[in-house]
Amino acid sequence: MLFEASTWQMIGVGLLESLYMILCSTLLAYILGLPMGVALVVTDKDGIHPIPVFNSILGFVINVFRSVPFLILLVFVMPFTRAVVGTTIGSTATIVPLVIGAAPFIARLVESSIKEVDRGVIEAAQSMGASTMDIIWKVMLPEAKPTLIINGAIAITTILSYSAMAGFTGGGGLGSIAVNYGYYRYEDDIMLVTVVLLVIIVQLFQEVGMKIARTTDKRL
Amino acid sequence: MSVTTPLIQLKGLGKTFQSKDSAVTALDHIDLEINSGEIFGIIGMSGAGKSTLVRCINLLERPTSGKVLFAGVDLSTLSGAALNKTRQQMGMIFQQFNLLMQRTAVGNICFPMELCGVPKAQARQRALELLELVGLSDKANAYPAQLSGGQKQRVAIARALATNPKVLLCDEATSALDPTTTRSILALLKDINQRLGITIVVITHEMAVIEEICQRVAIIADSHVAEVGNVEDIFTNPQSQAAKKLVYPEEGKPIDDFVDHKHCCRIVFDGNSSFEPVVASMILECREPVNILFADTKNIDGRAFGQIVIQLPDDPLAAKRILSYLRSRESITVEEVDNYVV
Repeated sequence: MLFEASTWQMIGVGLLESLYMILCSTLLAYILGLPMGVALVVTDKDGIHPIPVFNSILGFVINVFRSVPFLILLVFVMPFTRAVVGTTIGSTATIVPLVIGAAPFIARLVESSIKEVDRGVIEAAQSMGASTMDIIWKVMLPEAKPTLIINGAIAITTILSYSAMAGFTGGGGLGSIAVNYGYYRYEDDIMLVTVVLLVIIVQLFQEVGMKIARTTDKRL
Repeated sequence: MSVTTPLIQLKGLGKTFQSKDSAVTALDHIDLEINSGEIFGIIGMSGAGKSTLVRCINLLERPTSGKVLFAGVDLSTLSGAALNKTRQQMGMIFQQFNLLMQRTAVGNICFPMELCGVPKAQARQRALELLELVGLSDKANAYPAQLSGGQKQRVAIARALATNPKVLLCDEATSALDPTTTRSILALLKDINQRLGITIVVITHEMAVIEEICQRVAIIADSHVAEVGNVEDIFTNPQSQAAKKLVYPEEGKPIDDFVDHKHCCRIVFDGNSSFEPVVASMILECREPVNILFADTKNIDGRAFGQIVIQLPDDPLAAKRILSYLRSRESITVEEVDNYVV
């Protein structure tokens, strides 16, 4: 055994905290980001329901959030985090900046997935009398499903790396362990283990995402 | 079905695409009437505006001037929801098929029925019936990626028919298909026109498609209707320049070689077999155009009598080749004639 049992236990808790953070944040970030991404495509001047002014504003806001480095955003939104969760440390508190940081990124990912849906298929749906909502729910999202899933795996890995950064501000999870032991105490072996675990998590999500995307894609 | 008012009327239809610093007129003052139950062709060269025209019929493109009347109703006056309801009475198929790639054949055919709220089981039942109509019963659960081009277009046709539309708009529906598949798809369209009495509007750039299935045709050139009429009339007697270009695609350049009838040759048929296509074989063999100045031949009991005077090309070598070819045929007599006067 490399470490004492208590160290292993700490790493185990960190792992669970990390998973908790990334899964909750991904879910919430998609609840925000998916509609934003769809709106970006639909309200575009060449979209199926153009609202150019709204589209430009939405695009601008997303770009603003995307251009703030996550570590700065993390500190910047702390008052808001405290107002929502009651504290700024721990894994639950980290979910707030993670969602704020990831949602605009997800919006852009969703936008690019949906833009890939063949314009002709959308036109065909319009020719059959499909409404904008019909097209979103029955054409855009189902047709873009495989790329949405692949991009979902990308989003998860990005959120995972964000969550590790949150270790610097007491965010909990594997990131905190790596920072506290590896960075402040020079315990390189603990850092190495956490890094290995992070790599495994990324590999896992990526692999699973690709597999699901491949089996659901009927384009062969 | 008695024809009283046309199903589709285009009145002074115009479409201009406005870009930042220029305007492109795709359609200008189009007046057309398409009757119930007919197969109506719209033909034109690429870029003539025919695809824009068909998209104006169901308002996928909003015309910038003029009116589109469908069953007497001006479509541009309809609200979004009412327009969607009307569109359910108009099926459309496309060059690229435009099937939902993540749905099976049956799923694709159910799609328009889902849009207008047909119960699932009933929709599936009808989808299976339609698959049978288009001859694809065995492909019900196949995804588009597993189907050939012709099969995809059959699924698209079934999908377009699912809501019992009054008209089927076909936008270059056979242009991505090989000749055999094209013929089978055209036969299917003709069949559903006769069986269901559905009006069909066919957009194409191929005269052969028009010839094969259409009763009436409009020729679109430079954003205008150049000519409208029965297919037979336009084929036998095209009036407009655009129609002539489509009917006789080869006749582009004037043949300067034949201005004055300098060097001619007379072919005399004196009762040998008339089954041999002498002039045609000669042209094929020698690969030289000739001008027929005079022809009077008769077929009497399978034997050819009479004469043809052809003008030979100026190129002496080509002329010589033609003469020697003709002299080698046993069924005819050949003589050179200079300065023949018509």
